Amino acid sequence: MSFINLMAREINCKIVYYGPGLCGKTTNLQYIYERTNPDAKGKMISLATETDRTLFFDFLPLALGEIRGFKTRFYLYTVPGQVFYDASRKLILKGVDGVVFVADSQIARMEANQESLENLRTNLAEQGYSLDKIPFVMQYNKRDMPDIATVEELREALNPTMVPEFEACARTGVGVFDTLKSVAKLVLTELKKGSP
Amino acid sequence: MVNPQMVMYEEEFNQIQTVVDHLVKSANAKSVFIVDKNGQLIAASGDVDSLDTTSLASLTAGNIAATGGMAKLLKESEFATQFHEGERANVYITLVGNRVILVVIFDAKSSLGLVRLRVKKSSEELNHIFEALLRKVQDPNTDSPFAEITDADIDNLFND
Repeated sequence: MSFINLMAREINCKIVYYGPGLCGKTTNLQYIYERTNPDAKGKMISLATETDRTLFFDFLPLALGEIRGFKTRFYLYTVPGQVFYDASRKLILKGVDGVVFVADSQIARMEANQESLENLRTNLAEQGYSLDKIPFVMQYNKRDMPDIATVEELREALNPTMVPEFEACARTGVGVFDTLKSVAKLVLTELKKGSP
Repeated sequence: MVNPQMVMYEEEFNQIQTVVDHLVKSANAKSVFIVDKNGQLIAASGDVDSLDTTSLASLTAGNIAATGGMAKLLKESEFATQFHEGERANVYITLVGNRVILVVIFDAKSSLGLVRLRVKKSSEELNHIFEALLRKVQDPNTDSPFAEITDADIDNLFND
């Protein structure tokens, strides 16, 4: 749920990066953090295990600029991807304004992608949201790896409704900002649509 | 609309700020925050310049969400308050009207008893303000600040 503060003239929105374990959600946020001007970002917080797997969430606040005198602030969150952290994933989806699904392009991870996407749909539905209605973009990550599925195969399996999709390599940054811009734009457009 | 937005108006913001400013003094606290359940900071008072309020707000909401998840598993509706005791700083967190989170940071100059007492009164005041705010936001006759923004405005934001 976006939060508009008329006093501070700020629009605050929450974007969640979702996807199977080790698909690159945290890497997306790390790249954005590294490449963003210091005055446009806050501190990045990672609640991770000792082996650097996300335990609860990563959090990155970003200022994207002004629209008609309103500062736009986006709060980026990742969820823990491992299957058994489902209770935590549900909590992070609360009040979400837009979702990025980070798919792992490797053929061996196709099943994990589908399982995670189904899990996203279920968890959103529990909060009263429909994946078909909220701002949603798809990222096919790890395009630089060997043994990857083609974009056509990924699209058929994960993106039948043809939401905006991006090929990415989060480690080197390819596609990372395109994905973020796309979801941010969808969120703002949705906000405008919701105005009476 | 799938995702109703929360709008903070000047009138309610000032009322909230007054309650929060007063609580800092009456509870002898270092700082007081109001955080949305989704992790967005609504108001702050006291010694906040040295604090990363954005991060604190996000972690507080995560904490409340996790505690709420535990409560559900234990067949409780909610654990309304939390207390974290440190060597120098203590944090008292309480849910107001199951909608926003009130966070009080205090040190040895105050005590848990005093904070609890003062928070109780402030919570009631805040609850009334947020109820009124919610009615206002849901009123279809209230103008949305976003109505006049165009697609071109949104596009312009993303032109490098």
